[in-house]
Amino acid sequence: MKARAFSYARPSTVMEALEAFEGCGEDASYIAGGQSLVPALALRLQAPQLLIDIAHIDALRGVELQGDWLRIGALVRHCEVLSDPLIRQYAPLYSEAAPHVAHPAIRNKGTLGGSLSHADPASEFPAVTLALGAELEIANRQGTRRVAADDFFIDLFQTAIEPGELLVAIHVPVVRPGHRWAFHELARRRGDFALVGCGILAEFADDAVENIRIAFFSVGSTPLRARQVEKSLVGKRLDQAAIAAAQALVGDDLDPPDDEQVPPAMKRHLARVLLGRLLGQIARQGS
Amino acid sequence: MSELVNVTMTVNGNDVSHNIAPRHTLADFLRQTLELTGTHTGCEMGVCGACLVVLDGRVVHSCLTFAVQASGSTIETVEGLTERAVIADLQEAFHQRNALQCGFCTPGMLMTAYSLLEQPGVPSREVIRDALSGNYCRCTGYEAIVDAIEKVARDRAAVAHASAPEEVLG
Repeated sequence: MKARAFSYARPSTVMEALEAFEGCGEDASYIAGGQSLVPALALRLQAPQLLIDIAHIDALRGVELQGDWLRIGALVRHCEVLSDPLIRQYAPLYSEAAPHVAHPAIRNKGTLGGSLSHADPASEFPAVTLALGAELEIANRQGTRRVAADDFFIDLFQTAIEPGELLVAIHVPVVRPGHRWAFHELARRRGDFALVGCGILAEFADDAVENIRIAFFSVGSTPLRARQVEKSLVGKRLDQAAIAAAQALVGDDLDPPDDEQVPPAMKRHLARVLLGRLLGQIARQGS
Repeated sequence: MSELVNVTMTVNGNDVSHNIAPRHTLADFLRQTLELTGTHTGCEMGVCGACLVVLDGRVVHSCLTFAVQASGSTIETVEGLTERAVIADLQEAFHQRNALQCGFCTPGMLMTAYSLLEQPGVPSREVIRDALSGNYCRCTGYEAIVDAIEKVARDRAAVAHASAPEEVLG
């Protein structure tokens, strides 16, 4: 249970990090908090020649309001997501999800950028990123590009980040008056990976749903939007009938893997329960 | 490919400098190189919480950090907290309440308790349990551990209250 031998680099700029990756024949991993990567190295699921420690690159830090967008640096830690006043005000779905992310000591070291680039389908932050309609800023040797969350999570532990590229920031459209949101997950114990979890961001006009993004996690190989449910709710008031109809639809939107302990039928059931609770919560936010 | 790297850090107030292989975790560095064996290694994958240390003021798993990553940092282990006597009341309460049996998890429990009680206010039992959610104890069933931490939290708050200036007491 020890990592294979590797070399270590500690760049102080994004460009130095990208060059270090290229310079070792691409057999490298970036490490920030390392809360998922270090166990993967210890289990030898990964064994890169070079570990590039990006934790000291100042450009990857900080939370900043930029017009209608909130820029969250990739190195912002889970504990900072939990307590940051700008995130609380402008991207509150992250703040609500943060207490559910692992345990306090993991939150003290793990980073938002790390969680998103790791893309564990059972993680909270990837689903929240999807629900918020955020954009991911990715750096490569040519410059930076922005990828919409909808195009970012490709498959199990696979994102739109190409080998050698580095996630530098998360840009979140700020919440406005008329927005409502809710997050919750069902887990066996606090801090465990969720059996099923969900984050919702909805925009209301005259108490009817104008836009809604519903992102589930732990129900497929990536975080998933419940698109049929979303479509069914647009233009509707969130009354009991609308919520019940949404609950009836949600099973078809999800793709839970075969799992003896938590079979797909159970996941679909839990998703229905969770969706009902969250939509109810959002409906009550209007009164 | 795995040349030794010089690592310098402040551990329990002492500046240390060693050349080590980058693959060594901070837990192994503390235990094997510095012989600070109060930090325990259980699961070595961030689940059991026996290896917790204070790194630059925050409690983290020393098994989930390579020592090279911590170069330039300030570390405090259970030995350091013990020497400074900042957890003496917790240690006493753990003893009094039988909050340990085999004791393997205890350094990590004390780290979590230390960090929790640095926050303002008296935590509820629910908050204490939540804070302990990343610490495994296979002996006690946690009840006595929660008791001990709750007692210290109340005692500390009572002392702070008694020593507060009168006008603040209202």
